[in-house]
Amino acid sequence: MISLVVNGQRHDVDVDPDTPLLWVLRDNLGLTGTKYGCGIALCGSCTVHLDGEPARSCVTPVSQVGDRKVTTIEGLAGASADPLQRAWIDEQVPQCGFCQSGQIMAAAALLARNTTPDDKDIDGAMSGIICRCGTYQRIRAAIKRASDIKAKEVSHG
Amino acid sequence: MAEQGSGLTRRGFLKVSAAAGGALLVGFYIPGCGRRTANAAGHAPDSEPASDPAAFAPNAWVRIDPQNNVTVMVASSEMGQGVMTSIPMLLAEELDADWSRVRAEFAPVAKAYTNPIIGQQLTGGSTAVRGFWKPVREAGAAAREMLVAAAASTWGVPASSCRTRDSQVIHGESGKKLSYGDLAAKAAKEKVPDSVFLKEPSEFRLIGTPARRLDVPAKTNGSAVFGQDVQLQGLLVASVERCPVFGGKLKRFDASKAKAVKGVKDVFAIDSGVAVVADGFWPALQGRKALKVEWDEGPHRNLSSADIRKQFEQAVDKGVKARREGDPESALKKAAKTVEAVYEVPYLAHACMEPMNCTAHVRSDGCEIWVPTQAQTGTQQTAMHITGLPAEKIQVHTTFLGGGFGRRSERDFVADAVQISKHLGKPVKVLWTREDDTRHDFYRPAAYGRLQAALDDSGAPVAWIHRIASPSIMSRVAPGRVNNGIDNTSVEGAKNLPYAIANLEVTYAMVNPGVPVGFWRSVGSSQNAFITECFLDELAAAGGRDPYQLRRDLLRGHPRHRGVLELAAEKAGWDTPAPKGRHRGIAVAQSFASYAAQVAEVSVDQGKVQVHRVVCAIDCGTVVNPDTVKAQMESAIVYGLTAALMGEITIENGRVKQSNFTDYPMLRMEQMPEVEVYIVPSDAHPGGVGEPGTPPIAPAVANAVFAATGKPVRRLPIELES
Repeated sequence: MISLVVNGQRHDVDVDPDTPLLWVLRDNLGLTGTKYGCGIALCGSCTVHLDGEPARSCVTPVSQVGDRKVTTIEGLAGASADPLQRAWIDEQVPQCGFCQSGQIMAAAALLARNTTPDDKDIDGAMSGIICRCGTYQRIRAAIKRASDIKAKEVSHG
Repeated sequence: MAEQGSGLTRRGFLKVSAAAGGALLVGFYIPGCGRRTANAAGHAPDSEPASDPAAFAPNAWVRIDPQNNVTVMVASSEMGQGVMTSIPMLLAEELDADWSRVRAEFAPVAKAYTNPIIGQQLTGGSTAVRGFWKPVREAGAAAREMLVAAAASTWGVPASSCRTRDSQVIHGESGKKLSYGDLAAKAAKEKVPDSVFLKEPSEFRLIGTPARRLDVPAKTNGSAVFGQDVQLQGLLVASVERCPVFGGKLKRFDASKAKAVKGVKDVFAIDSGVAVVADGFWPALQGRKALKVEWDEGPHRNLSSADIRKQFEQAVDKGVKARREGDPESALKKAAKTVEAVYEVPYLAHACMEPMNCTAHVRSDGCEIWVPTQAQTGTQQTAMHITGLPAEKIQVHTTFLGGGFGRRSERDFVADAVQISKHLGKPVKVLWTREDDTRHDFYRPAAYGRLQAALDDSGAPVAWIHRIASPSIMSRVAPGRVNNGIDNTSVEGAKNLPYAIANLEVTYAMVNPGVPVGFWRSVGSSQNAFITECFLDELAAAGGRDPYQLRRDLLRGHPRHRGVLELAAEKAGWDTPAPKGRHRGIAVAQSFASYAAQVAEVSVDQGKVQVHRVVCAIDCGTVVNPDTVKAQMESAIVYGLTAALMGEITIENGRVKQSNFTDYPMLRMEQMPEVEVYIVPSDAHPGGVGEPGTPPIAPAVANAVFAATGKPVRRLPIELES
């Protein structure tokens, strides 16, 4: 049995310790918002947070998660999620939508460490996540919009 | 005079309802009706609204429940192009529905949902809006008329004294109002109109507005269900080992080690290879790695990209005529100047973000399929063929598609799932790896073009010969549509060259080397627009003409081509110098009943091409949702740019060399140019939107590189000699 905390809930799973976290989330825990796109950490569709840091769940063996708290798109909530999801809707970002969980998880991690990212910061944080529909321009705009929404919320207390 | 709906007779309604298997009015029900709904506010799906006996469902397209929700059935697949919003907009417009109460649901497979342009329930060829433009609006207008009749009889007033707005019928004199939900039960008993009037474009309130997409909220919180996300009680997961060589066959396999992997349930042969079935994807993959398989590699085992190129070279001058005007041979002999070039493009994989997959549950009395497909009719036919069950026993639930681009019009992944589930009698999800997806695609055909042209003293082209050698998609998909050796998908974008050139010939030599080919966003125009638009820039250079002005001159008589060309040039500032270090290229192409022109602004530094800005002008006729049009242009540009800068599938020993995003890379955020989109106002019939933005981007960029380096780009992906 391997024990892990996902979105604030502890789970014990009986799997091969080499099983990537992605497949434990999807096949064992039924959390399908995190996607399989490449299996080798090149597309970023599988991005989750481990203690708030973005991680590629497709190459993270579940046995190496340890005590780190796993957050998936389903568990991304509150102050970090709301402005992002609102901005994603306002900019009408998604097309097919398949990569967007990964995009939003990466963007949330970026905004958590840099509240006012510029284009270069955004490129640096987001270039690992492939979108075949070409929503990059709108993602860039949505991250800036989310940053503005957060700033206004802070200034309004 | 409003447009009279002709296709919507009472008989038509009866036919539609019967095909969908329900009673005519009350309790209209479609077996296997998808429950996945979405609306603008992102509400959770309702439970079974279809079975609500009080719901008003006058036809296969719309259902209104007593709670005043309008549910529109969407027969086309949502693969990012926004159809789950644009089709409901058409219906809601004529129904005068309150858009905030409109939701969409994917339609089941049924004859009622046949796309009139294609003749099947299939999403492809940028046909969804232009195919359903009239029938879906008629369905909305008919429902509206029945709601008005119900209100008029309730109030005892003439129907002509009532109007509709925001899902309400309003009596003009008294101001009395009834909501569509209140009227639903009564409207269900009204006579279905024999014919309906449609709004004049000037009366549109929703069509032409940037209404928010219905599917976006679910795509920002992980709740949108794609094919790979389907979950069922007792679902098994399978991975299939395929012969790496095209056309190879299974000789024998040893599954003893695979079966020893924890979680593996079964291993057996299916048509496409050896299936490893497990209780999850990871154990299935580990089992697959432990397989020992021997293949009969078949006739293509030594095939290489170099061989294929030789086959093209040998065939290219022996093609059949697709178009001929004047006498190009004599014009070439007499010309002041001639230009010749050979152009080549490689095979391309689709690389949908979501690898191919399908879930099936075959029982003795029926078969249920959950699949991200563009081809509901084809999916049903494949399942009928494998199971021997009749059409009405096969249900197809279309999920969201994690990209389609033509790849999901195929049924190979459906056959996998249905065969495996049939063998086991249990529900099974087949999931392809990225490597499977890259190596077992139906590729955009490689193509080889030999071009010759003649210029007169003024530098104007007077003769044009384009000889094409390439594989044929239709010879596999619909052999009956290959006429006199011509596959129109191989010559589109070349045969319809719009330029005023008096002597012209386009020929096609079909060469099918054994690599499977299929529809790839914008199909033949994806390669032919590159070839013809780049060759035209070579002619401009040879004749000392400006590439934009030359096009403009030669497009006399083609006002819509010219319209987008002029708009793109104007917005890009073609007549002003490019920013320092940058160069511009321009291209125009007509495809799928729309017209697109693009100007690319590019810099070339130490052998590296960077695209900074793309200005796109599009004329797609009447626009349903301008934001969707813009999004599709952005998307089509990125798709084509990825291919132009780095897309190449190569064949070695009968197999695809590339495997994953390591060696088949995709455009990333840091390479994304600034894209501007301008829409030409038009009241013409709607044209396609999903594909027409792709053809011009490769030539626009290549022409900018030509401007920067002085060397024409004749091969994709663009590689500069260092």
